[in-house]
Amino acid sequence: MTNAVLVLEDGRVFHGTPYGAEGETFGEMVFNTGMTGYQETLTDPSYHRQIVAMTAPHIGNTGVNDEDPESGRVWVAGYVVREPSRVVSNWRANRSLDDYLKEQGVVGIAIPGTRALTRHLRERGAMRAGIFTAPAAPVAELVERVRQAPGMAGADLAAEVATAEPYVVPAIGDRRYTVAAVDLGIKGMTPHRMAERGCEVHVLPATATFEQIMAVRPDGVFFSNGPGDPATADVSALRAVLAARVPFFGICFGNQLFGRALGLSTYKLRYGHRGVNQPVQDVRTGKVEISAHNHGFAVEAPLDGPFDTPFGQAEVSHVNLNDRCVEGLRLLDGRAFSVQYHPEAAAGPHDAAYLFDEFCEVMTRAQA
Amino acid sequence: MPKREDIRSVLVIGSGPIVIGQACEFDYSGTQACRVLRDEGFRVILVNSNPATIMTDPEFADATYVEPITPEFVEKIIAKERPDALLPTLGGQTALNTAVALHEAGVLEAYDVELIGADFDAIQAGENRELFKGIVAKVARDHGLNAESARSVVCHTMDDCLAAVGELGYPLVVRPSFTMGGVGSGFAYDESDLRRIAGAGLDASPTTEVLLEESILGWKEYELEVMRDRRDNVVIVCSIENIDPMGVHTGDSVTVAPALTLTDREYQNMRDVAIAVIREVGVDTGGCNIQFAVEPRTGRMIVIEMNPRVSRSSALASKATGFPIAKIAAKLAIGYTLDEIPNDITRETPASFEPTLDYIVVKVPRFAFEKFKGADPTLTTHMKSVGEAMAIGRSFAEALQKALRSLEKKGSSFTWAGELAGKAELLAACRTPHDGRLVTMQQAIRAGATAEELYEATSVDPWFLDQLFLLQEEAQALADAPELTVEVLRRVKGHGFSDVQIGEIRGIDEARVRDLRHALGLRPVYNTVDTCAAEFAAKTPYLYSAYDEESEVPYGTRRKVIILGSGPNRIGQGIEFDYACVHASFELSRAGYETVMVNCNPETVSTDYDTSDRLYFEPLTLEDVLEVVHAEQETGPVAGVIVQLGGQTPLGLAQALKDAGVPVVGTSPESIHLAEERGAFGQVLAEAGLPAPKHGTATTVAEALAVAEDVGYPVLVRPSYVLGGAGMAIVYDEETLTTYMAAEEGGHPVLIDKFLDEAVEIDVDALYDGTELYLGGVMEHIEEAGIHSGDSACTLPPITLGSLDIKRIRAATEAIADGVGVRGLLNVQYAMSAGVLYVLEANPRASRTVPFVSKATAVPLAKAAARVMLGASLAELRAEGMLPATGDGGTLPMEASIAVKEAVLPFNRFRGVDIVLGPEMRSTGEVMGIDESFGIAFAKSQAAAYGELPTKGRAFVSVANRDKRAMIFPVKALADLGFEILATEGTAEVLRRNGVRAKIVRKQSEGTGPGGEPTSVQCILNGEIDLIVNTPFGSPGQSGPRLDGYDIRTAAVLRGIPCITTVAGLAAAAAGIQAIVRGDVGVRSLQEHAQALRG
Repeated sequence: MTNAVLVLEDGRVFHGTPYGAEGETFGEMVFNTGMTGYQETLTDPSYHRQIVAMTAPHIGNTGVNDEDPESGRVWVAGYVVREPSRVVSNWRANRSLDDYLKEQGVVGIAIPGTRALTRHLRERGAMRAGIFTAPAAPVAELVERVRQAPGMAGADLAAEVATAEPYVVPAIGDRRYTVAAVDLGIKGMTPHRMAERGCEVHVLPATATFEQIMAVRPDGVFFSNGPGDPATADVSALRAVLAARVPFFGICFGNQLFGRALGLSTYKLRYGHRGVNQPVQDVRTGKVEISAHNHGFAVEAPLDGPFDTPFGQAEVSHVNLNDRCVEGLRLLDGRAFSVQYHPEAAAGPHDAAYLFDEFCEVMTRAQA
Repeated sequence: MPKREDIRSVLVIGSGPIVIGQACEFDYSGTQACRVLRDEGFRVILVNSNPATIMTDPEFADATYVEPITPEFVEKIIAKERPDALLPTLGGQTALNTAVALHEAGVLEAYDVELIGADFDAIQAGENRELFKGIVAKVARDHGLNAESARSVVCHTMDDCLAAVGELGYPLVVRPSFTMGGVGSGFAYDESDLRRIAGAGLDASPTTEVLLEESILGWKEYELEVMRDRRDNVVIVCSIENIDPMGVHTGDSVTVAPALTLTDREYQNMRDVAIAVIREVGVDTGGCNIQFAVEPRTGRMIVIEMNPRVSRSSALASKATGFPIAKIAAKLAIGYTLDEIPNDITRETPASFEPTLDYIVVKVPRFAFEKFKGADPTLTTHMKSVGEAMAIGRSFAEALQKALRSLEKKGSSFTWAGELAGKAELLAACRTPHDGRLVTMQQAIRAGATAEELYEATSVDPWFLDQLFLLQEEAQALADAPELTVEVLRRVKGHGFSDVQIGEIRGIDEARVRDLRHALGLRPVYNTVDTCAAEFAAKTPYLYSAYDEESEVPYGTRRKVIILGSGPNRIGQGIEFDYACVHASFELSRAGYETVMVNCNPETVSTDYDTSDRLYFEPLTLEDVLEVVHAEQETGPVAGVIVQLGGQTPLGLAQALKDAGVPVVGTSPESIHLAEERGAFGQVLAEAGLPAPKHGTATTVAEALAVAEDVGYPVLVRPSYVLGGAGMAIVYDEETLTTYMAAEEGGHPVLIDKFLDEAVEIDVDALYDGTELYLGGVMEHIEEAGIHSGDSACTLPPITLGSLDIKRIRAATEAIADGVGVRGLLNVQYAMSAGVLYVLEANPRASRTVPFVSKATAVPLAKAAARVMLGASLAELRAEGMLPATGDGGTLPMEASIAVKEAVLPFNRFRGVDIVLGPEMRSTGEVMGIDESFGIAFAKSQAAAYGELPTKGRAFVSVANRDKRAMIFPVKALADLGFEILATEGTAEVLRRNGVRAKIVRKQSEGTGPGGEPTSVQCILNGEIDLIVNTPFGSPGQSGPRLDGYDIRTAAVLRGIPCITTVAGLAAAAAGIQAIVRGDVGVRSLQEHAQALRG
């Protein structure tokens, strides 16, 4: 079986073999450069409606376990790998990735040309794509169908991935803080990192209003990561939180919304940052964190110093050293901050875990 | 943080001679460091006793000291040069130990020299096992990390060891402190093992300390390469997973990068632990590596050890990822932070990132057990490999198969042809780690072994085992395919099958497979090693082949020269050839060519992406080289391929390349054949009127006996077409010759030469452009004939040859160069016997001695050779100033310094192997001693190779009858210097009769005396002897391991006492000791020597 195809909207076609579920799927074609953590990646809600290609050639070696998923399901729209593992080798694994993808109905393909695909996306930018494991039509027709699939710009997807009902993640050990976490596509590790630090985390639907947020009497408010175009999101609740001077922390999509709430604009990156090796520099200390990234959009903000916002002066707190993209924002008074990358990691390095400590410190100061 | 301005000069310590466990990776790291420091404007002072290194080229440092790396000599250099700082982390364990000794002796403080790269406390914390264990425990406690050390007990005496067994139980691991490459470590399964291994370990450890620990045999093994800067930024450059589980030294294991069987959680925990450990140890400006073991059923993780310095693994990680660890480590040491250093490969992104790979790297070790009869070939925690090859592929299978064929050793690749042993036998063989175990495992699969059976036998992770099964299935599918279609071929090529393997499976020859493949348009593409999995565009062309989608070879218009490297280090083909290749690349690039390097040895400077305009990390087989040449021809004009500089490996490809239409520059393949084929070469000599020892060729026992009868015993026998004297022996009688021939029958023809006893051997390196000969250097061997030139010490200029002799040598060399048709380098070996100059052999290529000659005479021979190969004349090179305007290495002035080259032998690695030198080369490396007087130069060479010669104490002398007359004078000299002389009975009698007081010591075979008088071996083991002179008894062919001499020499190796095995060596040593006793020994840089030589 070598008849499966990956078709890009610009007409480029990659041939390969089916992997996971059979059928067809469409989404925005992106690549992820992490060499570990496929299970976390697959279950990250931020990948909703995206076909993810892994640049690491061997995928599935350690199988799938019950501890590592970041949410209750696989979110990627499709999966592209080079060499799927034929066996499972890990003491925690209880099934193979192939079986897991089939069970989750995720259509995938194994192609030799993952590097060529990556180079193509690097040069031409992220684009729509489709995987057809048993294509019944000529390529030209498949390309046409790919072009008809919805793009990512302008997509409002947070509500599609977020929880419908509020739920509580209890603090591990003594409860020291109450956090209202607005779920825009939250990963399981995020409330866990807060819970480890004594936070009782009230995870709220993406549509939570200011009143609903304040109803949990939070010491701090958190806006999560999530898929889609930040330009489509309503930031009125967040603005109200900031106006009420409640401590705020945001990650990824939450960072983009914080930026918009501050009056900044967001834009789509050519091919985004997806991987676990991105160098981010803390502008104040000069220290570099190796960090996990998954974003296709970024905030436009002045890199040369503080700027005015409706909530007081703010500054860019973190910068990506690869492309000087904005990776973090903070109000100078310190009560609200956010980062574009993933301090909760999963997958990825733990260098930025200190940001959760900082959030707790801000809440402690506010409590005093 | 920018560069430090308070430091102006830096002393860099190299790693000395190539030995097992410390090879040319430290030339690579040291060269990078020197380049960085000079680029940053520092005055660089370098000490390294190894003349074959690139780093000791005078242009890499302001003052280059080819002097022994001992605290005494380094102190002299410090006193003379007064450096502000000492960088000890790029010269392996040798540099680190020397720096520690200088610190402890107060030298660094006295001269106000700052240690940079790692401070003393960090070195201690990383290297001292007890301190390190404490650090791991602290890290686990303070950071809540899953980290622990193996349960262990530190012991300083044998009683401590025996007591520890109660706590740990057998089996247990013995690890001595402060030794490199795991010397002296091993597994003890019972008390006698423990006494033996721990006893030797206590001796080997400079701190008389061994660690006993719980066995973690069979666990998964990993390494992380970590870098940290002074602002506490930390990155993990690379993860490496060992396919051979715990129990085999990492240097001897097949390893893969990145790690392939860890989930992100496990990997991140490992990463967190590594970072916490490097912080706690306090390595704040540089690199280190940390090793882990993981229990496969529970995931329990143990931190094994760390090296607070750049290591062999760092070199591998640098080549595997494109992240230049040594270069960055040097920059960090002088004050920069990671974010201030650009990533050379992308040029746009900083070095403060973690490389991500979209390919797989496999490293395989190369062994040389065939050279060390009697050595135990089982792989243990004690490193035994002499080199390694690395390969890159887009899948593990592709990388693994490329790596195995990079070893260029018969039987190193998987095979699906030929006799198959029984499954049970193969599975049993797999239980013991050995050279080529993966091939044994593959054969077991062929024989029907299951994954469960193999796992049970080897503990190799099931994922890797499955890859072997995958290859089996692919091979089967290939065998079953009705026709070799493009689909069938693409599939097996994608799994790394060579044309040779495909031909073997299909029963057709390699060339036919290749023709068919080319006709189908199936060729590999070349991908870039770009540190970022294609996320950013790479600027540095560092390429590997893969059967993949798109080729990334850039188009160009400059004329290109492709240089074929020398592949994995092995005995007889090592760093010297890399030196020649690198020099050619530098020089041809300067001369306007685009240089393209092909090599597969990750330890080398040639595989640094900075060395050539383009680097192909590829096996040096005909198939792989032809594909590279094709890819280069497709993208621009190729002026030629150089095969003469990388040793026998590329030379062996010369004819086939030419036949395939590849332009081979320099000496033509036909000329190479003229020199290599005995009959043809005999013709050349006859036409030039040059005598060779009487000789003949034989393929059967009967023919051999007839030839020997004709030329007369003793005879020198060897298979044709070999390097490093493989399989060479001196045979004194028919019986031995019969045994020898019986083993060789059916292979290459055997060459049989009259062996010239008592001759002086002479080695010559020369350049020839077709009209003029440049005699690079004439080297006189210190040992008499019969010892391989690679193993014998030699002196340049020769100390006993007159100008008339040199004139004859020049004329003979010119006649050979002209007769063979050399364009470039030529090495000739002569023997001078009874006034006759015999030609032993000629090699129309770079020799092992080229770097030594270049350094001793201050002339860059390899660079000149490269230019000659591309058409420059010697006259032009003289005019350019590359060669001296007049004269050459044969006309050195009387007052020229004397350079002595000494070989370094790996006997301490192969206990049980006789250390007597013979015609088969066994040395791994070399050192150079240089001084105005021969005695001091020789003494320096000994100090650099084996430790300083003693100047007082007891000398034990026991020589063969034939040597008794010749040893009297030098032994008398030792006695006059105040040595107490001990000798076996026969030797003592001769000495006494000649007025030398000698005390008789019992032979080992006589046993302990009635009054408890110890034997010679007991005296040595008891540490009562300071110098041993022992020449072998009987003919080398007969010397069995039961002879006394063997026990004496084994004891000498065990105790690390200088042991001289030839009378000529004794005379030189006596001269050296006299020189040391007479006065202060000084140090002088190569730049000063060159100044003196060239004025």
